[in-house]
Amino acid sequence: MKRYLGLLLATVWFSTAWASADVYDFPIDNKFLATVVGTPPGFRAELPKKIPLKKRSITIFEDREVPEALWYDAELRYSETLQKGPAPLVFLIAGTGAAYSGGKNVNMARAFYQAGFHVVSISSPTYMNFIVAANSTGVPGNAHQDAEDIYRVMETIWDTLKDRIEVTDFYVTGYSLGGFNAAFVTLLDETKQTFNFKKALLINPPVSLYSSISLLDRMLENIPGGLDNFPQFYNRLVEQLSRVYKKADTVDIGEEFLYQAFEAVNPNNEELAALIGVSFRISSANMAYASDLMTDFGYIKPKNITMTKNSSPGELEQVAYRLGFTDFYHVYFFPYQKAKNPSLTRDKLIADMSLTSIEDYLRTAEKIEVMHNMDDIILEPGQIDFFPRVFGDRAKIYPLGGHCGNMDFRDNVTHMVNVFSQ
Amino acid sequence: MKTAYKQFQRHLLLLLALLTLGACSTAPVQQGDAVIEPDFSADRVLGDDVDSLSAEISDPWEGFNRSMYRFNYRFDKYLFLPVVSGYKAITPDFLEKGIHNFFLNLEDITTFFNSIMQLSGTKTVQTTGRFLVNTTVGLLGFIDVASMLDIPKHDEDFGQTLGYWGVGNGPFLVLPILGPSNVRDGVGMGVDWAIYTAVQDELDMKDSEEWALAIMKAIDTRANIAFRYYETGSPFEYDWVKLLYTTKRQMDIEK
Repeated sequence: MKRYLGLLLATVWFSTAWASADVYDFPIDNKFLATVVGTPPGFRAELPKKIPLKKRSITIFEDREVPEALWYDAELRYSETLQKGPAPLVFLIAGTGAAYSGGKNVNMARAFYQAGFHVVSISSPTYMNFIVAANSTGVPGNAHQDAEDIYRVMETIWDTLKDRIEVTDFYVTGYSLGGFNAAFVTLLDETKQTFNFKKALLINPPVSLYSSISLLDRMLENIPGGLDNFPQFYNRLVEQLSRVYKKADTVDIGEEFLYQAFEAVNPNNEELAALIGVSFRISSANMAYASDLMTDFGYIKPKNITMTKNSSPGELEQVAYRLGFTDFYHVYFFPYQKAKNPSLTRDKLIADMSLTSIEDYLRTAEKIEVMHNMDDIILEPGQIDFFPRVFGDRAKIYPLGGHCGNMDFRDNVTHMVNVFSQ
Repeated sequence: MKTAYKQFQRHLLLLLALLTLGACSTAPVQQGDAVIEPDFSADRVLGDDVDSLSAEISDPWEGFNRSMYRFNYRFDKYLFLPVVSGYKAITPDFLEKGIHNFFLNLEDITTFFNSIMQLSGTKTVQTTGRFLVNTTVGLLGFIDVASMLDIPKHDEDFGQTLGYWGVGNGPFLVLPILGPSNVRDGVGMGVDWAIYTAVQDELDMKDSEEWALAIMKAIDTRANIAFRYYETGSPFEYDWVKLLYTTKRQMDIEK
């Protein structure tokens, strides 16, 4: 018996040693599933559960007028996780519609804190709190303006930190839209030079904002009968969850339960794509409505109506969910930008909002690296080739993971930290 | 306890009355006579008979609820959460876990009575088993021995019992400090609390002990709920909370 056990152990040891050396053994090969559920528990990097993460809030513009209905968002929330002694500092930028406190940023903070970095985590410029407290115009989506807004936030936070901690070098990273933002922030840093970033890492960024938002808007077509049938879609989902919940040994619907539920329900690709579409649609509705309240543009809310602290958004909310990123782009974002710059065309703006527009810089910027996935769902077929073509060896492309699904996976976390530790 | 309880109840009612008076209308404020049409008006975008999930949930006291939602945010911000983080900072992890287990074990009393009222033999037996094991071997519940023995945990309250017997949600209700609820679950909480205090009275606990226990329980409960008011990043958070609360309760009743 003992002999067999030894043999078994040896086999397991050899196979894992071999796997970690050569093969990328991320366990989910369905790009939609990976995007939705992320890295399964047994495959995640081991990270400290407790880190000294402190939530803070800060005033970015002294004279900011905050819409009455969004009174609670006057200050920008962010977090800092600091080392005791001198250390390098990394800024994290969250993805579309995500907060500084979202799961992906918290896990990155754990990884970088463990590796000896100070960490400052910032929400996406598309996150409502950022739009209200820190966006200079109240209209997000312009790559260069977003970079300036993020840079201002970083400088304001740094002002509060520089007497308290010693920083050896600065780094910046972000995932999804946050990765895209990180590229433009690094470019801006070349002239501003407050931080002189030593390295930047772009995780699963889009190549062209417009092409990625178009793909994401279209995902909602996977709801049977379209958005008119969202209530039915929701109820069916709840029914399926409920069936699993009834038999489950747990009474809280947490992450663990959701994994269990996904295995039991085994949703097909259309259902998964619909879920991704819904999640991004919620982000776009939040963003567009918050921005509309900031500028009184008259996109969803009539210009001469003021939402009070107690106002019920009612139908305005329903309208917000019916409009996608591309509606925002054509009916609000483009006219808004054109009013400032009359010679602007739609095509020019679309071309400007891309990594392609700063390709020459990216090709020579040795400090910028990329971590991406072959099967990322926010890229059109062939778009992934942009990264090896422009970044060469500085682009690490994994075969699996979907959109950011492998960010917590062992190999990815190791790579992430290594990029900044070399 | 009786007098202290009555006094507390009276203060609560007074607070509720004040807040109701202070609650304003939920209608937006319009300048000028005619509404200036936005780019995407409801008429243009929405079909005739489009239903929205959160609008289907009865909420006649929305103005009051929204005011209470804000009150809870401030209560959290200026009192509750600072106390909770102080508690977490000074309590060693194992003790924090033990205290949490202790209160979960006490909740099994509520689950026990409600399992009986829902005529569920399995839940009653398993909950009894859990309570006996955890209270004895588990040192008054500090160690969750029952879970180590794989005895399933249930969570039943009087709101669910009413639901089990076919009582509907009633209007949505945001309770002070306790947060989102509805009339059925609010009544349920009152009944559960009455049973719980009756048990405490049986144990001859002093008023001060009961209060200390209640405050400790409140801190422990908040420490184990990740939700933070106004941090979802949605301008429609109130409606989401209403929908998800109602959905979760429905699932709990069916479980």
